[in-house]
Amino acid sequence: MKKTECLAMLLAGGQGSRLGILTKHIAKPAVPYGGKYRIIDFPLSNCINSGIDTVGVLTQYQPLELNDYIGNGEAWDLDRRDGGVHVLSPYQQIKGTDWYKGTANAIYQNINFIDRYNPEYVAVLSGDHIYKMDYAKMLAYHKEKDAACTIAMLEVPWEEASRFGLMFVNNDGSISEFEEKPKKPRSNKASMGVYIFTWKKLRQYLIDDENNPNSGNDFGHDVIPAMHAAGERLFAYQFDGYWKDVGTIDSLWEANLDLLNPRVDLDLSDSAWKIYSKSAVAPPHFISDKAAVENSMISEGCDISGTVDYSVLFSNVTVEEGATVRYSIVMPCTTVKAGAVVEYAIIAENTVIETGAHVGNSPEEMKDHLEDWGIAVVGENITIGKNAAVCAKQMVDTDVKGEA
Amino acid sequence: MRASNVLGIIYASAYDEHISEMTSVRASGSIPFGGRYRLIDFPLSDMVDCGITAVGVSTKSNYRSLMDHLGSGKPWDLSRKNEGMTILPPFDLAGNGGANRTRLEALQGLMNYISHSKKEYILLADANVVANLNYEAIIDGHIKSGADITICYKHGVKPNLPNIMTFTLDGEKITKVLVNENDKAEKDYSLNILVLRKALLERLVNAATAAGATDFERDVIAANVDTLFLRGEKINDFACTIDSLKTYYEVSMKLVQGGYKELFKKDLPIYTKVRDNMPAIYGIGAKAANSLIADGCIIKGTVENSILFRGVYVAEGAVVRNSVVMQDSYISENSKLNCAVLDKNVVIKPNKKLSGADTCPLYIAKDSTV
Repeated sequence: MKKTECLAMLLAGGQGSRLGILTKHIAKPAVPYGGKYRIIDFPLSNCINSGIDTVGVLTQYQPLELNDYIGNGEAWDLDRRDGGVHVLSPYQQIKGTDWYKGTANAIYQNINFIDRYNPEYVAVLSGDHIYKMDYAKMLAYHKEKDAACTIAMLEVPWEEASRFGLMFVNNDGSISEFEEKPKKPRSNKASMGVYIFTWKKLRQYLIDDENNPNSGNDFGHDVIPAMHAAGERLFAYQFDGYWKDVGTIDSLWEANLDLLNPRVDLDLSDSAWKIYSKSAVAPPHFISDKAAVENSMISEGCDISGTVDYSVLFSNVTVEEGATVRYSIVMPCTTVKAGAVVEYAIIAENTVIETGAHVGNSPEEMKDHLEDWGIAVVGENITIGKNAAVCAKQMVDTDVKGEA
Repeated sequence: MRASNVLGIIYASAYDEHISEMTSVRASGSIPFGGRYRLIDFPLSDMVDCGITAVGVSTKSNYRSLMDHLGSGKPWDLSRKNEGMTILPPFDLAGNGGANRTRLEALQGLMNYISHSKKEYILLADANVVANLNYEAIIDGHIKSGADITICYKHGVKPNLPNIMTFTLDGEKITKVLVNENDKAEKDYSLNILVLRKALLERLVNAATAAGATDFERDVIAANVDTLFLRGEKINDFACTIDSLKTYYEVSMKLVQGGYKELFKKDLPIYTKVRDNMPAIYGIGAKAANSLIADGCIIKGTVENSILFRGVYVAEGAVVRNSVVMQDSYISENSKLNCAVLDKNVVIKPNKKLSGADTCPLYIAKDSTV
């Protein structure tokens, strides 16, 4: 068997509770994004594009759809005889059953999986972010610095810095200090939740962390500070490029529409760094002579006769004549019927917006009470009745009755 | 009945020489069609959709692009430990002087593969027929009728190809078979989709070989019209035989004029090789109407009554009308296309004007720059 130099562990167990009804039945990494992708396609594609062909995906919350989606990893070219993708769920042991208590504990519980490959390095990745990154370059940096741990770092706008784990970095790239989501940030160098560890070191710290009853078993809170305190070589690896945590409805909406903004540095058409996904089996989309489509992303199987502007439509979406979709994300197999309006909204799969219904409001319309404005969200498999209305910021996961 | 007892055979080089513009670089089965498919995807997917698990793909020449497209058969779920898809290159018997010149020669070359199969029935189909048919119903109809051979036919003007059979029917029984009938009137003509028992096919082909016959249609089918129960299955669905660049263009235009709804059916999905393109992007100022547009296209100009394959770029001010533009072609600023068929990877430089006529489309070969 060939030697595995670097193995990736992908943390995909998160609920993403701030995404509300969109993550009722699926884990956050399985949330659809960008017309045909799911969030997890990004770290998985980054792995294969970076030459990492052994990946453990740690699942816990609502794993069914995610397991199903990953399958044998074929879509990402990760169906391998040696290595490939492995879905790792919590399991029963002789001493009892443990859920993954924290990010570090999740890796700890799978030490035996990693040991099977005996890698020199382990990349710990989050399954929640949209970004294209070459982990091979980061690994080269890690080796060059002879680091125990390298953390990918991004300079964020100062006003947003307080939402992140921040770092203070010396001139040589080494990290001098950490600060977790401070109220008054003194640094704007944020951790992206992408780590490369020298496995021998990490293995020992994971065991020590597990034996520490006071630990929360989290990388950011416990393991990395412990490594720092012990004087290990910790380095920051600067990343310049698009990176987005799609943890909230607003950020998910924004990240989708970012794909339509030529000023945003996220190009999915780059054949040198493809983002792979499981494609729907559908014919090309059809645009009728009644349609007006501008500044939008449209997937295969769609049938468009209405107006679509500044929106992202997933596969097999139907927009009937006289219907309007603008500033919105519409997930697979949803139908927007004649005369209906969908604006500033996210509509989940298999939903029907009946004739004349109105979902969402524009911020201009609500400029007198802008604090009440927000993206409207309609859940999967429901019907918004004829001429019914769903207001801005509303989240609907049951049928809304319309006129008979 | 799910057709698990049926072996599928697709003749992937059917009439290569007649669609010569596009088949100079490929077998007819790998002609791109419908925005993201190759012609072979249609019979191959229909076989899979009806439950067939063993398919032989017979080839003649220029089949590298076909092999590249089919790979191991995975997109059709035909990459199997047992059975699955098998590409059957030409089998040239020593001293034969060239292989697979006729359908009978092709079948003779396949007999080894066919006799190894344990299936009871055989379904034969040609790759140059664009249709999305429920083969399960066709096979069931064949078995129920007690016919020896069922042949699917369509009513209309016979394709302009050699060896096309035309039929006279009494109910569903074929009473007369003409080959190469010289008559432009509407006829019941063969779609070259046949169902029969494997044992019967073996017997017929072996007998024809022994008699030194050369022609399947004349020496095997027409010659047996009185001794066998030949049954016609009338196809009323969308089914078009591609016999030239002109019909290729006409059938493509039929799709955007509403035919896509007849051809692309939810219950009979057409599978094809995945390319991992992003969804299509429409820019500010893009105009599109009455068109089929595949993933990976970037549209900043105008597209009307056209089919754009995966990864086509239409720049600002460019206009594409009544055209078929294949994979990865690039239409630069302010260029105008009308009634054109652009093969893969064509680059149209800025401010060019290219136009064919609806009865005579302009064809631009693969990898050309205009």
